[in-house]
Amino acid sequence: MTTMAQPPAPQAADELVVEHAVTRAPVSTAQRLGAGISLIVLGLVTVWRFGLEGHHDFPAKIRLGAADTAHVAHFSVPAVPAAYVCGIVIIALGVAWLIAPRRAWFGTVMGIGLALFVAAVLLWLASASSFATIDLVGLGTSTIGYSVPLILGALCGVMCERSGVINVAIEGQMLAGAWTAALFATLIGVAAGLVAGAIAGALVGCLLAVFAIRYLVNQVVLGVVLNVFAAGLTGFLYDAFMQQHTEALNQAPLMENHKLPVLGSIPVIGPLLFDTTVIVYLTYILIIAVDVWLFRTRWGLRTRAVGEHPKAADTVGINVLAMRYRNVIIGGAIAGLAGSYFIFQVGQFQKNITSGQGFIALAALIFGRWSPRGAVAAALLFGFANALGTNMSINAPSIPSAFIAMLPYVATIVAVAGLVGKVRAPAADGEPYVKE
Amino acid sequence: MSDQTADPAADPQAAAMPPDETPEQAGFWKRLTSSSLIVTVLAFVTAMVLGGILIAVADPRTQDASHYFFQYPWDTFQYGFSAIWKGYVALFEGAIFNPHTASKGTLAGYAGPISETLTNATPLILGGLSVGLAFRAGLFNIGGQGQVIMGAIFAGFVGFHWHLAPGLHLVLGILAGMLGGALWGGLAGLLKAKTGAHEVITTIMLNYIAVYFLAYLLSVKGFQAPPYGQAISNRVFKSAQLPPLLGGSVRVHGGLILALLSAWFIYWLIEKSTLGFRLRAVGANPFASRTAGMNVENSYITVMLIAGALCGLAGVSQILGTNSQLTGDIDAGIGFDAITVALLGRANPKGIIAAGLLFGALHAGGTQMQSATGTPIDLVQVIQSLIVLFIAAPMLVRVMFRLKGPSSVVGGQLAKGWNG
Repeated sequence: MTTMAQPPAPQAADELVVEHAVTRAPVSTAQRLGAGISLIVLGLVTVWRFGLEGHHDFPAKIRLGAADTAHVAHFSVPAVPAAYVCGIVIIALGVAWLIAPRRAWFGTVMGIGLALFVAAVLLWLASASSFATIDLVGLGTSTIGYSVPLILGALCGVMCERSGVINVAIEGQMLAGAWTAALFATLIGVAAGLVAGAIAGALVGCLLAVFAIRYLVNQVVLGVVLNVFAAGLTGFLYDAFMQQHTEALNQAPLMENHKLPVLGSIPVIGPLLFDTTVIVYLTYILIIAVDVWLFRTRWGLRTRAVGEHPKAADTVGINVLAMRYRNVIIGGAIAGLAGSYFIFQVGQFQKNITSGQGFIALAALIFGRWSPRGAVAAALLFGFANALGTNMSINAPSIPSAFIAMLPYVATIVAVAGLVGKVRAPAADGEPYVKE
Repeated sequence: MSDQTADPAADPQAAAMPPDETPEQAGFWKRLTSSSLIVTVLAFVTAMVLGGILIAVADPRTQDASHYFFQYPWDTFQYGFSAIWKGYVALFEGAIFNPHTASKGTLAGYAGPISETLTNATPLILGGLSVGLAFRAGLFNIGGQGQVIMGAIFAGFVGFHWHLAPGLHLVLGILAGMLGGALWGGLAGLLKAKTGAHEVITTIMLNYIAVYFLAYLLSVKGFQAPPYGQAISNRVFKSAQLPPLLGGSVRVHGGLILALLSAWFIYWLIEKSTLGFRLRAVGANPFASRTAGMNVENSYITVMLIAGALCGLAGVSQILGTNSQLTGDIDAGIGFDAITVALLGRANPKGIIAAGLLFGALHAGGTQMQSATGTPIDLVQVIQSLIVLFIAAPMLVRVMFRLKGPSSVVGGQLAKGWNG
């Protein structure tokens, strides 16, 4: 920590003295040691597992497109030397961080370290045999596929928790959305399914809002109970109606990919981002909308005020409770949309179809430090871990996929424990507001 | 009662947890309507009524009759009520006493339903004690699932991997289960104490880590049962299994004794011991406790270790009692059901035993209801969550039934926010 201050001018005593103080934010010991040591360990693992013990004699073959399409850019890299390079650079980054940590560089350093590790893993996978290849575009597509419900769920969390209502019931809102979307998409059509899913999610959001805001129920308790309620109700209704009448009630049409006119023809980005389903395009819009809404509009400013200091917000005339109701209900609708995504992927509702994705979305929200951009980045990271796990179970069955699946949860614990930087929730998150 | 809860805001602990002794001088009716018991009963009745509506909606005959509702509305009601009646009779027969099987005269016929209720209640009581104890210390243990799984893994491993003398094997298995749960719970406590990481977040994450860890173990040789096709573990040896309480024909096992002993221990711990006083003080106000010289951080670790051990015991009951092989769903949703049990039991051991028995009965009856009338067992989950929802919002119940009294909020003082 260095402080540079210009000495006050030794002139007339009543003259206004302006001090220019440049303060560099300190890095806590936990963050310094935690981040540095984790980088060094990551580097050692890279050198050991993919270099010394790699045992892959083939070069890594990387493609930018599916294997059956012609004219796709592809190249090969010697995997083992690359792993050594990646590992040594990661170790160097870790040592550099231990010696001279700078808070402003934290994200960059950790990002580069993680990216190099992932690169080593990918190269190692792509050199598993003479015919193993890694299709980066395919990997990206499946990352987005896994991430979309997480992104939507985490955006729901942003809406609720930024206004001061803890939402542990993302899972329940997704489930309600999924069941309703399956029913209405089968009876009427895809669009009706989307709308109905969002409405169902909003209804569970309504329950959350009423019990949390009107009846002052502890919000974590409430979230847990609502999850049980939604799982029970959708399971009951599935058994009672959908199971016997699958064709009539639970046969939703799948969503088709739509290629956007100009954007879809861009070589790599086109097939990756702009040749996909309506709900994914909707997700893009929502990401931008929530970010703009939260940081660039009056409503967003008020929402953040209500979530940080409701009393102050109330004093300047903001209706705290109305703000919270609206945000929680809109958030519920977004989570309901996430639920309907599952339906349009597989075409059918099954019991507990969301399988804990709501909780990963919660983890993404926390890992992303309650900001829309952070949450989206975290959701993409978790989605990538999922996609990588799927790829590994095919290319490298020796590495158990369960450990890849654990990564998001471990990362979140490490993040909240402050080992690699502190996360902080909105100050009034979870505290009901009672006007005096 | 009135003097104790005159100011719920100033004394949230007393408001949330009903005191054990109520002054006898207060009028019976006043005591009844202002007590939390009436809220509990009304919450149960309301949830059962709403559940009944679901039964009627799911009944095919009622559905058919509703198509000509405007010609013969009575048909719809008649079939609906008969469906509800049959459903709840089957629920009772599955949970308490079934005259059809009892007429056979065997022990299983008489005691079968009660045995099922007790078998289901055992892990719920243990899990409820775990969540309840953490509540009293101001912590929200949402990690029951992970702790049950770790307990079951440790106990199961001792059970099928070691060869020991009958009594010793069982004792070591139980201790191993407690150790497994305590490790997993204690980890959350340690993180809370050392880094301030909120226990709700860490325990949710630890749940999933335990789930995937179990999934991994169930694919490893030495853990997985031959011929390695299914995700199921080796069978626990007979010497490590909890003995059946009523002979081999019904399922209730020694885990129930463990649960009751644990309940007594937790009662003693909370109400009589110095440690319990410290935990309650920390739960009521950590800042005041710290000022009074108590080690708040140590209390967090201690309480999560004990809470984890209790959930580990629930895992023991699952793997050494009810089942004998580990599967991916060995936890059977106990971790989350335990939260509802603890809330319904208002975080005191007697209440938790009663709540565990009630939900155990609902689970046992739900199975019978599904097989007898075709009403899906998920109804039990709905009823359970509705009960707890109404319990957690006593204000709502009091408004619905126009009761007067203190409107205390269960868990209101707990887990105020992610930062607290």
